[in-house]
Amino acid sequence: MVPLYWYVLLSAALFTIGVVGVLSRRNVFIVLMSIELMLNAANINMVAFSHYLQNLTGQIFVIFIITVAAAEAAVALAIIILLARNRGSVHVDEFNLMKG
Amino acid sequence: MLKYALIPLLPFAGFLIAGLFGKYLKERAAYAAVAGVAGSFILSVSAFIDVLGGTIIDENLYSWFAIGNLTVNVGFQIDQLTAVMLLVVTTLSTLIHIYSVGYMHGDKGYARFFAYLELFTFFMLVLVMANNFVLMFVGWEGVGLCSYLLIGFWYEKKSASDAGIKAFVVNRVGDFGFLLGMFLIFLTFGTLDFTDVFAALSGPAAAQSYMLLGAEIGVMTLISLLLFVGAMGKSAQLPLYVWLPDAMEGPTPVSALIHAATMVTAGVFMVARCAPIFSLSPTAMTTVAIVGGLTAVFAATIGLVQNDIKRVIAYSTISQLGYMFLGLGVGAFAAGIFHLTTHAFFKGLLFLASGSVIHALSGEQDMQKMGGLKRKIKVTHGVFLVGSLALAGIFPFAGFFSKDEILWSAHNAGEVGRVLWMLGVFGAFLTAFYSFRLIYLTFYGKSRIDHEVEHHVHESPKVMTIPLVILAFFAITIGWIGMPGAIIPHANLFGDFLAPVFPVLEHGVANHGLERWLMVFSVMVALAGIRLAYSLYVKNTSMPDRLARSFKGTYNLLLNKYKVDEVYNFIFVDGLVHRLARFLYNITDVKIIDGAVNGIAGMIRRTSEGSRKVQTGFVQEYAFVMGLGLVVLMGLYYVLK
Repeated sequence: MVPLYWYVLLSAALFTIGVVGVLSRRNVFIVLMSIELMLNAANINMVAFSHYLQNLTGQIFVIFIITVAAAEAAVALAIIILLARNRGSVHVDEFNLMKG
Repeated sequence: MLKYALIPLLPFAGFLIAGLFGKYLKERAAYAAVAGVAGSFILSVSAFIDVLGGTIIDENLYSWFAIGNLTVNVGFQIDQLTAVMLLVVTTLSTLIHIYSVGYMHGDKGYARFFAYLELFTFFMLVLVMANNFVLMFVGWEGVGLCSYLLIGFWYEKKSASDAGIKAFVVNRVGDFGFLLGMFLIFLTFGTLDFTDVFAALSGPAAAQSYMLLGAEIGVMTLISLLLFVGAMGKSAQLPLYVWLPDAMEGPTPVSALIHAATMVTAGVFMVARCAPIFSLSPTAMTTVAIVGGLTAVFAATIGLVQNDIKRVIAYSTISQLGYMFLGLGVGAFAAGIFHLTTHAFFKGLLFLASGSVIHALSGEQDMQKMGGLKRKIKVTHGVFLVGSLALAGIFPFAGFFSKDEILWSAHNAGEVGRVLWMLGVFGAFLTAFYSFRLIYLTFYGKSRIDHEVEHHVHESPKVMTIPLVILAFFAITIGWIGMPGAIIPHANLFGDFLAPVFPVLEHGVANHGLERWLMVFSVMVALAGIRLAYSLYVKNTSMPDRLARSFKGTYNLLLNKYKVDEVYNFIFVDGLVHRLARFLYNITDVKIIDGAVNGIAGMIRRTSEGSRKVQTGFVQEYAFVMGLGLVVLMGLYYVLK
């Protein structure tokens, strides 16, 4: 049996990759994918602890998270399409309207 | 007590009605105003009868404020002195209110005028009825405020609003002295109630003295002199008289009520009220007498050559106020108040009569453009003549009795008094001359009136002439209540009535023979003045011009009022005020205040210019900082746990 330790380590590794991706990539699609990665890192954590504690609540929760993530991905993609149409770019470093 | 409290409150009610509802009442506001003062007059008569019957009222209505051991009450004191002032103020105020109904007819500030006049009457009554210095000061400042408002009544006129400001500022100088005097009284006696202060005068506190500029000055002298500075401002004495001639910019009833009969005599009243304090300091008394005597002659000389009818009377007022102070200064307090009373009537009369002349001539005030009015405005001419005879001090008109009592007291007051007596007699000569110069220029000789104006010359309406006739009656008879012992022995009702209020200062024994001769002498002097005026302005009308040409320097000096205004302007306004203003503007305002404000703004801008670089606008960088913050917080949590 794979010990809990490994699962947590995997989840942490995935989450870190996601964070680095969100912070460093220019392309909005990659950023979005990185966010999905972070979400799923959390999911792995949930399932692992659910199994470890012998409590199904965590796994049910994961189903919900995946659903919400799918909806969120749909909305996000729609925004990205509009962004690409209006600004002609999907590169994050070209959107700095919030500059002080 | 309610009856006495109503004396000032009725005019105040009139003020509220005329002031608040004047817009709707229009000219009907005058009814409320006249009713207010008339009610106050009736109550004053009743209060006077009470005092005559021996009732002296000194009662606190309520405690205004108390700080530490200073307690200030709103309280009224009605003794003989106050009773006299009440009668003078309310009589004059009522008559002048009635007169104003006609005089101000058609003015667009009609209701406002009556509101101010009522407010003035209220404050003046508070001033004379107060039983402590603080409440008196409230009245004192209040009448100053109303004076300012009424001088600048026609505020569209630049000269009028300037004159108002000048009156206010000059009075502040005097008020400063009054305030300091009050502080010193409180410091010395620990109270500001008249009765308590006067009772403490015989105690040890009054004997203190201060070292000032190397000289030892008794505290009573210091208090008296400071209070007298206040009186100088309000009563237009040298060197603070400059505001009064300019105050003639106000409507004529105002000049009569405020700047002749009542407010300007507040200083005289204050000194008389504080007679127990002043009489303890021979230095202060002498100062009062000398300032009064000098002012009497100084103002009279300026009055000799002025051409504005109201200004002549204004200088005459300053001069007569000088006589009052001369009387107070030589210890003849009752005589000073007596002159105040007679002067209020005949000077009020003169001002109102000159208002009637101005009214008849559609606003003309220059005497060089009058003349020959005797037949056209008969009533005005008659009352003007009565007023001038009273002013000149001709027997048996009012001014004769009061002025002579003052001169006689001065004559009895040692060597300084003798010199002051000579000044006074000289002043009486000048007074007779300028008042009849005014009469002759205005009513006699050939008409020099503009043709346009001449068609409209008319006698004033009844509502104006009746108060004039009443005042003229008083200008003849009011002096008889103060009959000097040299004419009818033991008939000086006025002096006997006031005797309980004032300390007695011994000045030798009465010498009726000499007094009679001095009276004859001063009447002769006055007649000589009239005679001179007659020969210069009726007989030899070219003479004044020739005199003016041959004594050009003197004439111009007098015409320009000794250039005192120019000197004050140069020293105080340009020299002091403007320089100070420039300093305050260039250094304090621009450098310090603006510097501080702009400096702080600039500092914030520079800091924010640095820190706004953090706001790059890149979401990723924000997210990075957020993550970093989270890590730091979690790290802290683990470290500190």
